[in-house]
Amino acid sequence: MRSDLKLIADLLPPRSRILDLGCGDGELLRRHAAKGGSGTGVEIEPEPFLAALRRGVDVIDLDINSQLDQFADDSYDVVVLSRTLQNLKRPAHVLREISRIGQLCVVSMPNFVHWRNRLRLLTGRMPVTRDLPYQWYDTPNLHYTSLKDLRPLFDDLGLTVERWVPLGETGLPLPLGRIGANWFASSAVYLLQASR
Amino acid sequence: MTPVDTMAELGAVAGTARLYTADEPLELVGGGRLEVVDVAYETYGTLNSTGSNALFICHALTGDAHAAGQRIGDRRPGWWDNLIGPGKAVDTDRWYVVCANILGGCRGTTGPSSINPATGQAYGLDFPLLDMADFVTVHRRLARHLGVERWAVLLGGSLGGMQVLQWALSHPDEVDNAILIASSSRLTAENIAFSAVGRQAIMRDPEFCNGRFSDAGTSPDRGLSVARMMAHITYLSEKAFSEKFGRAAQSGTLAPGFGIDFAVESYLEHQGESFLTRFDALSYLYLTRVMDYFDPFAAPDALDALRADPVKFLVMSFDSDWRFATSQSRRIVQHLEHAGLPTAFREINSPWGHDSFLLALPAYHATIQAFLDRAFDEVRG
Repeated sequence: MRSDLKLIADLLPPRSRILDLGCGDGELLRRHAAKGGSGTGVEIEPEPFLAALRRGVDVIDLDINSQLDQFADDSYDVVVLSRTLQNLKRPAHVLREISRIGQLCVVSMPNFVHWRNRLRLLTGRMPVTRDLPYQWYDTPNLHYTSLKDLRPLFDDLGLTVERWVPLGETGLPLPLGRIGANWFASSAVYLLQASR
Repeated sequence: MTPVDTMAELGAVAGTARLYTADEPLELVGGGRLEVVDVAYETYGTLNSTGSNALFICHALTGDAHAAGQRIGDRRPGWWDNLIGPGKAVDTDRWYVVCANILGGCRGTTGPSSINPATGQAYGLDFPLLDMADFVTVHRRLARHLGVERWAVLLGGSLGGMQVLQWALSHPDEVDNAILIASSSRLTAENIAFSAVGRQAIMRDPEFCNGRFSDAGTSPDRGLSVARMMAHITYLSEKAFSEKFGRAAQSGTLAPGFGIDFAVESYLEHQGESFLTRFDALSYLYLTRVMDYFDPFAAPDALDALRADPVKFLVMSFDSDWRFATSQSRRIVQHLEHAGLPTAFREINSPWGHDSFLLALPAYHATIQAFLDRAFDEVRG
């Protein structure tokens, strides 16, 4: 299992009902179901959609950018948006939507200002790394941020960071504080609580 | 023509069952009663020893029980032959597939052109109005006749999908999985408008004779063919018409006048004419009317039975279908998903409009296959 998914799975309250946006082949949902939870996946890409469906995941084909209004207020305990925030056209809009659908949200985001990226930028080149493996012209990532810059957005949206875990390049948790994480984490996972 | 009969390799059985008699008549939702009901059906594959592999196909407005296979001399195989058969998405080596002509139809099942035993003449407009739930009642009786106690899968497109929805809502304890394709839980005003014009074309045909046309020795062919021509336009898309015909002339060069000049006109004419050989004007009235009134989620307790006994749903639509648009499928998904029911949904990219559900589109069939593969895992246990 992808190590960040494993970490997310451990953040989910047992037996909770989760909505996994960008669920891929449904690995997280299946792991959650095996522990007594339930949930729905959202996937727009044909191959992972079929893989998830085949594996027994209830998966809905829709565009996260514009069609989350399909889901009712507080219809899930937790909404998971795993590593897709950076590909969305309007991340703030989507964060607002997911915190409407579920009071708890799990969001993960690559850290664009990892020290290696900073070095690469100093050489005059855009970073191409394991976490950001694309050239600028073919990347699905529309937004880049530092972990530091995520916080003001969460604050603006009334989302409280309940827990957060910085991750290394292999997806394993790093024992880092905020400042260290902004230099050394290649991504981070946040458990957010929306105000009601 | 096919030189071989493919019905044998499907393990096909075709029959007609008298499911209701004067002793035990069919009581209809609308209060009507039918004393004799015959149902034409076909089955493919074999019911396993535990009865856990039964799959019911609900046909669309103008379909029939002959869903798959081809008999010697037939010009075409069954209407869903590209989906149903050995090794196909609905694999008859795995599933016991049942398809029946709908009540009110004209392809072997009792309908408004059948003989009313009370009068010895065709029912005509004396045939009672039907409801989606009446189709389900009859098909549940057919299940009993065939020895099927529960359905692993109900599968239907268009009107067939509406019937699947009704069935799952009213008898979820007898159903494990439901697949609704290019369907709706409530027709839009535009849908109803199209149906209304079709019915008016039939009823305003002088040969309709207020529904007594068979007694009068007439036939409202003009009305029925116009209804079909217009409906057929709504089953395709602008792109499909453009790709198939463009502005091509039927005879090579355009010869202006009011005759059939454009290729598309000839095509529609053919659609209208060939429809007359297999469909009945009264059935067209009765069945389209059932669709107009169908609105199962309007009842406040509509989802109670399903919540208590969840059915797994797969809902599908086609992006160019404007007759049963994706928004209508999403509405179904919304109702089901809000009720916490296990629901999958996929919109398939296809230029062919509503008719896409009858075509062998790889992404479409792969989705049905994936859902049925998982359903079959449950059958195997």
